Amino acid sequence: MNKKILTATLFYLAIVLIIIPILFPFVWMLMSSFKTQVDIISWPPRFVFTPVMRNYDRVFVEQDFLHYMKNSIIVSVVAVMCSLALGLPAAYSIARYKQKKLSVFILVARLMPGISFLMPWYIVFSRMRLMDSYIALILSHMLIALPLVVWVMSPYFDAVPRELEEAGMVDGLTQQSAFLKILLPLSGPGVVTATTLSFIFSWNNFMFSQVLSQQKTRTLPIAVYNFLSYVEVDWGAVMAAAVVIMAPAIVLTMFFQKYVIKGLTTGAVKG
Amino acid sequence: MIRQGFVEKNLRILFPLPAVIFVVILMVFPVGYTFFLSFTDWTLTSGRPLQVVALKSYLQVLKEPRFVQALGRTFYFTFAAVLVEMVLGTALALVLHRNFVGKGLMKTLLLLPLVATPVAIGIVFNLFYDPTIGILNYTLSVLGLPQSGWVSDAATVMPSLIIVDIWQWTPMITIIVLAGLAGLSSEPYESAMVDGANSRQVLVRITLPMLMPTILTAVILRAIDALKTYDIIYSMTRGGPGYASENLNVLAFKYSFEYFRMGQSAVMLVFLFIIVMAFSLLVMRLRRIFEL
Repeated sequence: MNKKILTATLFYLAIVLIIIPILFPFVWMLMSSFKTQVDIISWPPRFVFTPVMRNYDRVFVEQDFLHYMKNSIIVSVVAVMCSLALGLPAAYSIARYKQKKLSVFILVARLMPGISFLMPWYIVFSRMRLMDSYIALILSHMLIALPLVVWVMSPYFDAVPRELEEAGMVDGLTQQSAFLKILLPLSGPGVVTATTLSFIFSWNNFMFSQVLSQQKTRTLPIAVYNFLSYVEVDWGAVMAAAVVIMAPAIVLTMFFQKYVIKGLTTGAVKG
Repeated sequence: MIRQGFVEKNLRILFPLPAVIFVVILMVFPVGYTFFLSFTDWTLTSGRPLQVVALKSYLQVLKEPRFVQALGRTFYFTFAAVLVEMVLGTALALVLHRNFVGKGLMKTLLLLPLVATPVAIGIVFNLFYDPTIGILNYTLSVLGLPQSGWVSDAATVMPSLIIVDIWQWTPMITIIVLAGLAGLSSEPYESAMVDGANSRQVLVRITLPMLMPTILTAVILRAIDALKTYDIIYSMTRGGPGYASENLNVLAFKYSFEYFRMGQSAVMLVFLFIIVMAFSLLVMRLRRIFEL
């Protein structure tokens, strides 16, 4: 019995040792976002301090982060929705007709270095006067989201028994309406997985937005990065900005933990 | 006979068509254009029209020490980061593969680094790494160890960046290996129990070999992303100090969007493209071998 307690204690000790390094950067970021500059640059580092809201004021009032947040939301939401519109039928077709080559073709977009298309986009979008436009940004983010949708959804559709659609088709539905009215409603969890993952990856994207957006369409990751270009880094404000930008992805992950795991492990694990 | 409409008859073409057209326009054409540009000496700011110069840009790039170093650094970063992530990630998964109170919460915590915005993570680590106010140098001084310049010192910048990658992506391996462990069949374990194997033998002879396909796929997928690392490096050091942390992606970015030497940048992109594609072919080959 004693040995059992000892093993359990050791195990939870190990868990704590794993959790601390994972969580510490988030905790420190959150703490620093409520510190004054004096508290942040103090030596030794302060764990106890009087929290202030000044950094968040700076982020939202002086820097107009709401504007960048709006941009990030527009770009990510529209890119994900368009990717679902293109990706779901493609994933269905790949699953039903075993279109292996097609699936590889679309998945290559997930593996390729983004910068090898970013440079030509930059040239073409500037010629078309589409720099700093939502459309250029959304198109670029769709290339992140679309392969994820196909990657997650084609095995998912593959696992749904064909009989379900066929039953609907016997009742007079066309195959496309059987897909829309029978298969899609049954695929809620898969769609949630694809949506969550592609939203997060689009939300976090730095390089595409860095090149294709300027003041009007600037997204959050660029806005946070630009904070650093001041002569003296205002660490508190930067940390508050980091909290603001990470919050949505973290909240989504907490809500949809199971789906995110499912999405991340698709393709690497059998079944 | 069920009468089929036009859409139904051609569903297998019509359904994927929009996605295919999209990928052709936004990926295939641009990549082709990049290949074409690599045979020119085009510089956007010079005002000269683009000239096809065959392999001249290739020679210039191959002679450029910054390129050769960035190429080596790309492999160094990927190899070091992914090796540690593989060992640490698998070890964590083996520790966590049991039922315990708070397992769901633990999995959520593991996901946090993966979904955190890399740029923001880079900035937070810059605060840790700051030589004068950073908590890491403070910890070293408390322990009586010599302090480090971390990302501000050319000698330590790469390991410091690799640590950030390890922090962010080790959980990815853990999550995938955990899923792999959950899917292992129990039969080999039962016969091992009957044969009286000890837990180390079970781990080395049964668990790890059965997990190999999962681990390998996870590692190669991770390596493909590590080869393309950009966000963390650019946001933390912009490739500095000097050029000490430039990898291929960062260098090509600077050539494209800071120096506007499109021809030479295209050459670098071709190299990066070929390396990444080679790894991708490897992952596809493996998937076929293991029927994943």
